[in-house]
Amino acid sequence: MTMELDVFVGNTTIIDEEVYQLWLDGFSVADAVKMRLENGALGECEVSGEVLHSDTMDQYRTFQMCERLLHCPSKLANQLLFQIPAHHQAMLIERYYEFDHMFAREVLGKKLSKGTKKDLDDISSKTGIALKSCRRQFDNFKRVFKVVEELKGPLAENVQHHFLLSDLLAKDYAAVVFFANSRFETGKKKLQYLSFQDFAFCACQLISYWTVGAVDNMMDDMDVDLEKEFLHDLKDLKVLVNDKDMLDQHKSLVCSQLRGRIRVFTEMEANFKNLSRALINIASKLTNTKDVRDLFIDLVEKFIEPCRSDKWTAGDLTLFLTHYTSTASTLETYRYQVIWERYMGVVKSCILKMYHD
Amino acid sequence: MPGKLKAKIVAGRHLPVMDRASDLTDAFVEVKFGNTTFKTDVYPKSLNPQWNSEWFKFEVDDEDLQDEPLQITVLDHDTYSANDAIGKVYIDIDPLLSSEAATVISGWFPIYDTIHGIRGEINVLVKVDLFNDLNRFRQSSCGVKFFCTTSIPRCYRAVMVHGFVEELVVNEDPEYQWIDRIRTPRASNEARQRLISLMSGELQRKIGLKVLEMGGNAVVGYLQCFDLEGESGLVVRAIGTACTLDKISNTYAPASAINPCNSSPSKDTKEAGFGEEAPGVPLSSGPPTPLRAQTFSSFSPSKSYSRQSSSSDTELSLTPKTGMGSGGSAGKEAGPLKALLRQQTQSALEQREFPFFTLTSFPAGFLLHVGGVVSARSVKLLDRIHNPDEPETRDAWWEEIRQEIKSHAKALGCHAVVGYSESTSICEEVCILSASGTAAVLSSRFMQDGALDMDHRFEDLAPPGCGFCHIPYDELNMPFPAQLTYCHCCRRFKVPDVLFTTIDLPTEANVTGKGCLIQARLCRTKKKAQGEGNATAISNLLPFLEYELHTQLMNKLKLRSMNALFGLRIQISIGENMLLGLASATGVYLTPLPSPGGIQIAGKTPSDITYEQHISNMQKKINDTIAKNKELYEVNPPELVEEVIGSPIPEPRQRSRLFRSHSESSDEVSELDLSHGKKDAFVLEIDDTDAVEDIHSLLTDAPTPPGFYSCNTEIMPGIYNWTSALQMFTSVRVFRLSNVNLTNQGLNKVFNDLCENLLKSLYFKLRSMVPCCLCHLNFTVAVPEDELIQVAVTAVAMSFDKEQTLENGRQSCDKTLMKAITENEEQLQFPLELTAESSSNPLSSAKGLSEVSGALPSARAPSVDYSSFTDRCSSWIEQLRLKAHTIRRGSIKTMSSLEKASPLPEGRSRSLRSNRSYAGGSVAVVKMTPLSFIPGTKIIKYLGIINMFFIRETTSLREEGGVSGFLHSFIAEVFAMVRAHVAALGGNAVVSYSMKECVFMENPNKNQAQCLINVSGDAVIFVRESELEATPPQPQSASTQTSSSGEGT
Repeated sequence: MTMELDVFVGNTTIIDEEVYQLWLDGFSVADAVKMRLENGALGECEVSGEVLHSDTMDQYRTFQMCERLLHCPSKLANQLLFQIPAHHQAMLIERYYEFDHMFAREVLGKKLSKGTKKDLDDISSKTGIALKSCRRQFDNFKRVFKVVEELKGPLAENVQHHFLLSDLLAKDYAAVVFFANSRFETGKKKLQYLSFQDFAFCACQLISYWTVGAVDNMMDDMDVDLEKEFLHDLKDLKVLVNDKDMLDQHKSLVCSQLRGRIRVFTEMEANFKNLSRALINIASKLTNTKDVRDLFIDLVEKFIEPCRSDKWTAGDLTLFLTHYTSTASTLETYRYQVIWERYMGVVKSCILKMYHD
Repeated sequence: MPGKLKAKIVAGRHLPVMDRASDLTDAFVEVKFGNTTFKTDVYPKSLNPQWNSEWFKFEVDDEDLQDEPLQITVLDHDTYSANDAIGKVYIDIDPLLSSEAATVISGWFPIYDTIHGIRGEINVLVKVDLFNDLNRFRQSSCGVKFFCTTSIPRCYRAVMVHGFVEELVVNEDPEYQWIDRIRTPRASNEARQRLISLMSGELQRKIGLKVLEMGGNAVVGYLQCFDLEGESGLVVRAIGTACTLDKISNTYAPASAINPCNSSPSKDTKEAGFGEEAPGVPLSSGPPTPLRAQTFSSFSPSKSYSRQSSSSDTELSLTPKTGMGSGGSAGKEAGPLKALLRQQTQSALEQREFPFFTLTSFPAGFLLHVGGVVSARSVKLLDRIHNPDEPETRDAWWEEIRQEIKSHAKALGCHAVVGYSESTSICEEVCILSASGTAAVLSSRFMQDGALDMDHRFEDLAPPGCGFCHIPYDELNMPFPAQLTYCHCCRRFKVPDVLFTTIDLPTEANVTGKGCLIQARLCRTKKKAQGEGNATAISNLLPFLEYELHTQLMNKLKLRSMNALFGLRIQISIGENMLLGLASATGVYLTPLPSPGGIQIAGKTPSDITYEQHISNMQKKINDTIAKNKELYEVNPPELVEEVIGSPIPEPRQRSRLFRSHSESSDEVSELDLSHGKKDAFVLEIDDTDAVEDIHSLLTDAPTPPGFYSCNTEIMPGIYNWTSALQMFTSVRVFRLSNVNLTNQGLNKVFNDLCENLLKSLYFKLRSMVPCCLCHLNFTVAVPEDELIQVAVTAVAMSFDKEQTLENGRQSCDKTLMKAITENEEQLQFPLELTAESSSNPLSSAKGLSEVSGALPSARAPSVDYSSFTDRCSSWIEQLRLKAHTIRRGSIKTMSSLEKASPLPEGRSRSLRSNRSYAGGSVAVVKMTPLSFIPGTKIIKYLGIINMFFIRETTSLREEGGVSGFLHSFIAEVFAMVRAHVAALGGNAVVSYSMKECVFMENPNKNQAQCLINVSGDAVIFVRESELEATPPQPQSASTQTSSSGEGT
């Protein structure tokens, strides 16, 4: 004796947010029922497992039917099949596109290809996120990437416009797309300590200041790629370390500013040339795609690690980078102020974001 | 050629990819009406084509306009092979034919395919230019309005209620045609959809004709059903109540002036004679369950019939046909004067002798007394003869049943049957026809007044709150043994101890506490048999089934300390090897009726101690449940008061321990002065295995979870402050009995659990709406296959405001609901009173409506309060002015002013429409409800009836998520298509929505399934009450007064 068929259809589609989350998290119906029973959120109305099972099945079916529409969120508002209140539509979309930062961290900078998709089970077992959920998140990345890749205008806005996401989520997607497009190296062991948020912040900085769109929003440009001209101009910064006079002058200016204000003054003084050289070298190499990819690993290896080994505090670092940047502009013979500030502004905030354990 | 249909194909969107190579589609559209087809250009390589076609014009008879749907087929152009169909849209253009309904159909329609479901949408514009046809011999009935709503629609008032109309149309089922063997199931299903759409159109037209002949202009409580008889054909039948309705916003309709009343005295006497002859069939006032199950019909093969579907033409005197000839032609041919004269010669007698009303709620004062439920069933053998075009057979079957119903009503001292409905259940070649209704005495004021001396014994004296409970039959000559007491409200008239009805609870009824859904469920095994043997077996089982159901109902009613059932609906479904019975009703405690006694369990052989203990345990449980229920439903009748006054009940207390043994007449209550003190107790003998079962089922009914109420009627007594939150839903379950050798008891339990679990699931699903009430819970059971039981439920969950409920007593404030309900009534009455004043009012006398005012309550209920008239007069001043205007205009023009329907709502609808288009991409919200109203809103316009039939099939059942996935998406699609059609008519809600049919078949081995769904409802435009400017503040007192004042004809 079995229930052969069991459906419930409301004129207004009923959506249980809790069940939706379970579905998104990739739980099977049986597991979802178990979790709902355990959660005890249903305490006030005692229900049997049977009722819960039937309800969960219904909800899962509804979500599966909606999934097709969620792939193109603007369709959700136009479709006739389900009558879903606007706030629920927004919730459905937002939650569907939300992703685990753990997962995103793993995929970040990787090519969103079939090959990567095959590795999802590794990621799943590593992060403890259900494979189903991983697939959904991966497919979302890919879908968003494909749509906005070729679009002009600000990246985050494009994402938001096409996928009707919240500001925050759209920004995160912009980061993912940006990383996937430029294929930044994020998987190295030395970078493991960095979280998705760290990278997302950096991506935001890069998008805001280093892309073509950063200079002129009105231009028909793409936000996904760094501005070639700017990267080329960065070569000129070399003068700051190649010109011995200038280097010394710069150092003395920074030291005079920082004396007594940072704890690691002596280490800084000793290391100044190395640190400066590191930052300038990174800048000057960015014309090579390969070196762009290695931006983060370079920052960590060449700058962050030395500082960390000298036990700089974040405050020390902030002061140093601030004055390092500002004093260079006061150098009489230095003519690249604009490029310099555009470069250092981003590098400074990235380093500060990345400077933690 | 009195009509020009114009259609324009604007655009498509979300089309499916038809060309794999390009991932695009080259779509074009065929627009077909009748035999004319137009095509749009091919819009190449797009999933969102913009055809923006010219206006396709069809010049057609209005007869065709009514019968045919507009067929729109979207195809993918293919240069080398045949064009592939993407899907179809059928548009019923009937709403455009009535001047008061929609003016244009415009919107996005889902493109539907029987295999793939919805595949994108198409934007279509449809208009109709209708030329007036005054041909008296016309076959069309354009302009007759149809309403599924089983009460007078909210923005109309009834000028006259003419009575019962019925019609049926028979055709061969395309699925069973020989050609089916060579064509695809898809083609065959499409043929079926098309045919049924055509047949419903034809049926509606024919009913419309009858209505016109009777002089009416609308059908209320229109109930259309399909009988899929399999090889013997397809029957589409409909019943309804013909009325003359008047739109409230533009009061004056000249039609009312020329309203003929149809009945000839000669016919009448004949009818009366017949009524007396009616055989003494066993009757009862509860659900008297008179049974007839003996007629096995056979078709007469001698006659040859055309293969065309033919319509029925019963000489059933139920439809007042005799009057038709004269009355009907008068309505059309002549000016009001002639009609007037004719009218006066006719008497309403016959009408009143034969009134079946599909209405379930009535204008206040219409319903005088209720006798009880009358029902009749008959088992028929469907003939296998391959020429089924013999509607006379089907008509004769129904006539038989209706006659029986009529005689039952007569025996109950009633001259009318209200809340009338008909249904069938078919299994193989056996068919059960059922009809049921409530015997009632109606006020003569509401029909044409005639010479008839209906004995409205208490009419003038009965207060509205209890009058309908007073017995209509003769106390000394009761049709069945019942226990009568004096009415607990007025203490003047006798009332029965329990009252079962099929109607909604009258709004003015005095009720104590709240109501609740009461269901009796029963399953009986039956041996497999063929043909006549099978029919006999079923006939033999039926009486027991009905009896058991009734017993269950009674017990459950007692368990809840209630004394009346409303909205009773007994459904009996036959399968190969079982019979299912499901009775649903809403139990309430009617204050006028005596308080029910408890339930007493008695053991037959009180020999051993454990047994005694068992019984006393059970008794305790029952007593506890009763006490709990009393609290839950707030049933605390003023018992003490009653005792003090001392009820004049002289009846001797007969002690009969019989419960199971007494005869059909189920109303008698066996009583015993036992633990329930002075109250009469109901005895259940435990020895009886059936009784054990009864008690079991009594106690297994899980109580509704806190915050939930449920009923199967429109309104729930005791809840008045609905919020606007509402959720209509359909839930379907199919249960497979794997164990074939089940006993009756086992089956019962399975069935009972199935229903209980379904309810539990519903409560759980809708928990976020608490406090809420599930209204109009409509269960449908079926036995689709050998071991399958199917239960389908459609209902609406409505939230209400708990705080207010507690604060406000019923009398003091029922603002939200009563307003919603009575406002309409008040509106109904206002113009009525206006005309009633006609003698002194120059305005109304000027309009030459003397006939109407004559028909109106010249013999008004004494409670009409004229002082309230002035009140309302000032508050409705705006409306009055409007009326005066139209009235004056109306006096000059006659028929033509009908066409010039209210400019006000028209404008409103247009503005709504434009709002919608401004809203841009998002889809307009369309509410759906099985009720006739939406709380907190006012329906300002009825746009026409929605009656849709869909078939969905699949050959990849597993891939579509199994049977559940398949049906889930199908039901969602049906909802979507209903919403789209309503939105295209300019509406924002469907009221009186119902799913008439849901036939599901599967063949999992072949990975196939098929489902047919038929839905109907009324498309409306509503506005929130808060948005309605100039909603006059109604004095609460006025509402009660008006509700008793009554309404015309």
